[in-house]
Amino acid sequence: MNNGTTAAPLLAVRGVTLQYKTKDHLVTATYRVDFDVQRSDRFILLGPSGCGKSTLLKAVGGYMKPIEGEIRLKGEAVTRPGPDRMMVFQEFDQLLPWRTVKENVMFPLRATGRLPRKVALEKAMEYIAKVNLTGFADNYPHTLSGGMKQRVAIARGMAMEPDILLMDEPFAALDALTRRKMQDELLSLWEGTRFTVLFVTHSIPEAIKIGSRILLLSPHPGQVKAELDSLPVDASASAISALEQRIHSMLFADAIEETTTTEKVTA
Amino acid sequence: MNDIAAAPAARPEILREPVSTATFGIVQKPLSFWERVTNLGWVRKLALLVVIAVVWEVYARQLDNPLLFPTFSATVLAFFHGVFGGDLFTKAMTSLRVLVMGYAAGIACAAVLTVIAITSRIGTDLLELLTSMFNPLPAIALLPLALIWFGLGTGSIVFVIIHSVLWAVSLNTHSGFLAVSNTLRMVGRNYGLRGLPYVARILIPAAFPSILTGLKIGWAFAWRTLIAAELVFGVSSGSGGLGWFIYENKNQLEIPNVFAGLFTVIVIGLIVENVVFRVLEAKTVRKWGLQS
Ligand SMILES: Nc1ncnc2c1ncn2[C@@H]1O[C@H](COP(=O)(O)OP(=O)(O)OP(=O)(O)O)[C@@H](O)[C@H]1O
Ligand SMILES: [Mg+2]
Repeated sequence: MNNGTTAAPLLAVRGVTLQYKTKDHLVTATYRVDFDVQRSDRFILLGPSGCGKSTLLKAVGGYMKPIEGEIRLKGEAVTRPGPDRMMVFQEFDQLLPWRTVKENVMFPLRATGRLPRKVALEKAMEYIAKVNLTGFADNYPHTLSGGMKQRVAIARGMAMEPDILLMDEPFAALDALTRRKMQDELLSLWEGTRFTVLFVTHSIPEAIKIGSRILLLSPHPGQVKAELDSLPVDASASAISALEQRIHSMLFADAIEETTTTEKVTA
Repeated sequence: MNDIAAAPAARPEILREPVSTATFGIVQKPLSFWERVTNLGWVRKLALLVVIAVVWEVYARQLDNPLLFPTFSATVLAFFHGVFGGDLFTKAMTSLRVLVMGYAAGIACAAVLTVIAITSRIGTDLLELLTSMFNPLPAIALLPLALIWFGLGTGSIVFVIIHSVLWAVSLNTHSGFLAVSNTLRMVGRNYGLRGLPYVARILIPAAFPSILTGLKIGWAFAWRTLIAAELVFGVSSGSGGLGWFIYENKNQLEIPNVFAGLFTVIVIGLIVENVVFRVLEAKTVRKWGLQS
């Protein structure tokens, strides 16, 4: 399944099982998941709703401890959240409402004591320009549209220049048109700096468009189903739709299995 | 089948060129003077105050019994007399000094308590237990005890004010902290913030609407407790405050002065609510879009 890269991976996920303990349930979200992310990868976690993609991302972010297995970033075990793994969430309320766009992007740079104020401001403005929001630098988040808020969140994540950028369906709440534009913007941003990104989505076209490598997870509880190379950005429409078909049939096969098993149970 | 409406007939396509934005500029219509004036909250409130004063004046004149219910004009007169000729101003300042002392100390205690509550589970239990025990207890009921512990004087009053402020502010602050969205919490931890910096830079601003409500309620409670406490034992403390002023004038049947004392309490309350808290709100939660 590994395409033969021998270099030490940037992020190594090994046999990770994640569980939620609720009052009267123990929910297994993912079961023994393995994958490696290399530097400058656009690595996609793709799978049906509820298969544990967000949970996996939270674990990489350090918000959850695996029940078994381990997650290593640059060889060091992940134990807690930290600014070396910046998160971009799906929710629009991820910006601090009491800070302007500029201050939101600057805040992590200052809070981690990484840069002095002036340098942080320059860096923030540089990344705000990259997401085309220079004119809104002094606005408060509540005066921005949903897509603009997500762009600020992406600028904030990128300005920290983390080892890996974690994105949990950042475009899912956007309309189709804005979504397409944001995908293009993300790709051109990547062309500029070649950052490493771990991107969660449940949209097959989005996975193919954004990703350089795609991890396919089975339905709940999530297990690795396949790890595929995606297509280059300039791939032909027929190649794209062929890959879409292939991934779709993999996910669809599961759906059939699921319905047949439930039928057996009810029969 | 034939009661289904027919599909609409085919229509021609409509294609238009939008007008260039440069040609129409910003579309706006100036509001009339009257609209602009009535859009100001304080103007509307001032108008209401005038109506209330007029009703008061008319009713009191009809009643014509200054011992029971002096007129508005008599009260205002007594107020200015008290402020410029008498000791109403110094009394009010005495009250305010004690009030601010108690209020500030209460907020400081509440801050410590809620920080403990938010950083540990046992702290949460402690806060919940203490608030459910002491919040229903009227502050004035503690006054006899306070008098034994701290003697007649400022100490006792400050103690009961702290009691009245502490629980209201902690309860609101804590529930505000609990209501902070999970996303914002994760964002804060993503920056590696923990402990006090996390509370100060994420939780407090995010919970600010609730905290502000707590501060307002605490302020009102503090006022009530203060005046009530002064009514009870202003008797033996030499430089009593507003409560004592009211009590003294009641004994001398100077009813307009009693009203002037109450009037002062109301005026200070109005100023604090409509100036201090209003400005605080405009500079924080309104600007951030957390409250409209
Ligand atoms: N806080 C929680 N407590 C208990 N169970 C949870 C919790 N969060 C998620 N789960 C469970 O874990 C499983 C995986 O959830 P997760 O949110 O990771 O799915 P997902 O792949 O991100 O789905 P989606 O595409 O819908 O976002 C689900 O079955 C869900 O019920
Ligand atoms: Mg999810």
